[in-house]
Amino acid sequence: MSSQTGDQEMTPLLQVNALTKMYGPRIGCKDVSFDLYPGEVMGIVGESGSGKSTLLNAMAGHHPPDRGEVVFDTRADGPVDTLKMSEPERRMLGRTDWAFVHQHARDGLRMSVSAGGNIGERLMAVGGRHYGEIRTQAADWLGRVEISDSRIDDRPSAFSGGMQQRLQIARNLVTGPRLVFMDEPTGGLDVSVQARLLDLLRSLVREMGLSAIIVTHDLAVVRLLADRLMVMKDGHVVESGLTDQVLDDPQHAYTQLLVSSVLQV
Amino acid sequence: MIELENVSKSFTLHNQGSAVIPVMERVNLAVAAGECVGLVGASGAGKSTLMRVIYGNYLAASGRVMVGDLDVAQAEPRQIIALRRDTLGYVSQFLRVVPRVAALDVVAEPLLAVGTPIEAARDKAASLLAELNIPERLWSLSPTTFSGGEQQRVNIARGFAYDYPALLLDEPTASLDAKNRATVLRLIEGAKARGAAIIGIFHDEAARDQVCDSFIDVSAFSPQVAA
Repeated sequence: MSSQTGDQEMTPLLQVNALTKMYGPRIGCKDVSFDLYPGEVMGIVGESGSGKSTLLNAMAGHHPPDRGEVVFDTRADGPVDTLKMSEPERRMLGRTDWAFVHQHARDGLRMSVSAGGNIGERLMAVGGRHYGEIRTQAADWLGRVEISDSRIDDRPSAFSGGMQQRLQIARNLVTGPRLVFMDEPTGGLDVSVQARLLDLLRSLVREMGLSAIIVTHDLAVVRLLADRLMVMKDGHVVESGLTDQVLDDPQHAYTQLLVSSVLQV
Repeated sequence: MIELENVSKSFTLHNQGSAVIPVMERVNLAVAAGECVGLVGASGAGKSTLMRVIYGNYLAASGRVMVGDLDVAQAEPRQIIALRRDTLGYVSQFLRVVPRVAALDVVAEPLLAVGTPIEAARDKAASLLAELNIPERLWSLSPTTFSGGEQQRVNIARGFAYDYPALLLDEPTASLDAKNRATVLRLIEGAKARGAAIIGIFHDEAARDQVCDSFIDVSAFSPQVAA
């Protein structure tokens, strides 16, 4: 899909309004608002404890926020506040149009099920029943994430960390979601594996027209992957804009500190 | 095509006593379709900064930065993303790419972004790389492993893969040998002929005189120090 021309009236895929999550008296994230359009990749950066993962989990419905709206442009009914959806509706969304890639692959995989089964399970959850077709699609996705299909019957516990992460991505993307939440998708991986994963994610975003929200503390990752950037500190968004503009001409004191603290290689 | 009105730019260093460094003010310039304007001025006068303001990489402090119908100084990120995809190309001095991606795909990427089928995009990329004398055995390798001059030529190929209506060129002929320099100048003249509006920075005076229709000395925009 590449019908992206001077589309002023395009409906945002996701509209987040004044999203707030408190942990007792402490702020998790406060009054976060933004629109995400189809095909856009947005990065969220900030140091540990800045509220970026809290925000991601609140948007994805893992931890219910205290206030605010997360309006998603559903295929059937147009924009709907997902926080007001019933639990089965939200779970269905989580299996179809939404995907969540965890920082630790084992949180997003079923470790006791084969690689092929991990991918097939998602297909079965949306109604896939033909074993042969499911297996073919699983093999196709293993190929896309560069895992040899001779490993299709192996359990993810026999995979390296980088392979597990790629398997998690395959499991998440096989149902053709429109929005992917990612929590530090390249964290804890070797740089060589990171580069490979970044390349993979970029081509998937382009080919499938995905929108994605990526939480990371790695500024090099967002520069290569994200179109837009949101910088968080103490639960608040302190700056947002075009990724290269925020990184090259940061306006807020905290962003300036963050950018100038990166070690050069 | 490109029109700047009363643009100024300053940097505020919040972590260094909130020092405000004004770098340029009262910038006015206009570039029509098919025209190439050269930015001149001493090193540090703000040529690259001005180019980055036009590209939306640096935020203008005031004024209007019109590229086509869009005011880059006020635009939403997604409007600038669309502008960079469809309208405004930029050949910077440095190549910045995802490691591991083949040079051919790096060059083809701007075409894929506007929906060109992959074979056509790769064909065009291949012909540009050949024209710029990048040996074919390197096409499937990541340009991050290339020499500086090769990287620069990959960057140029990428900048000319898609026919942008407006182009910003930061030192496109620096450190090129005579043959490649001639190729780049031919690409620039070709872009002008099809109606692209171009702003360029060239330290190479002969190149500058060959392709530029007029010049703007950016030192004129440096902030006036109160006497």
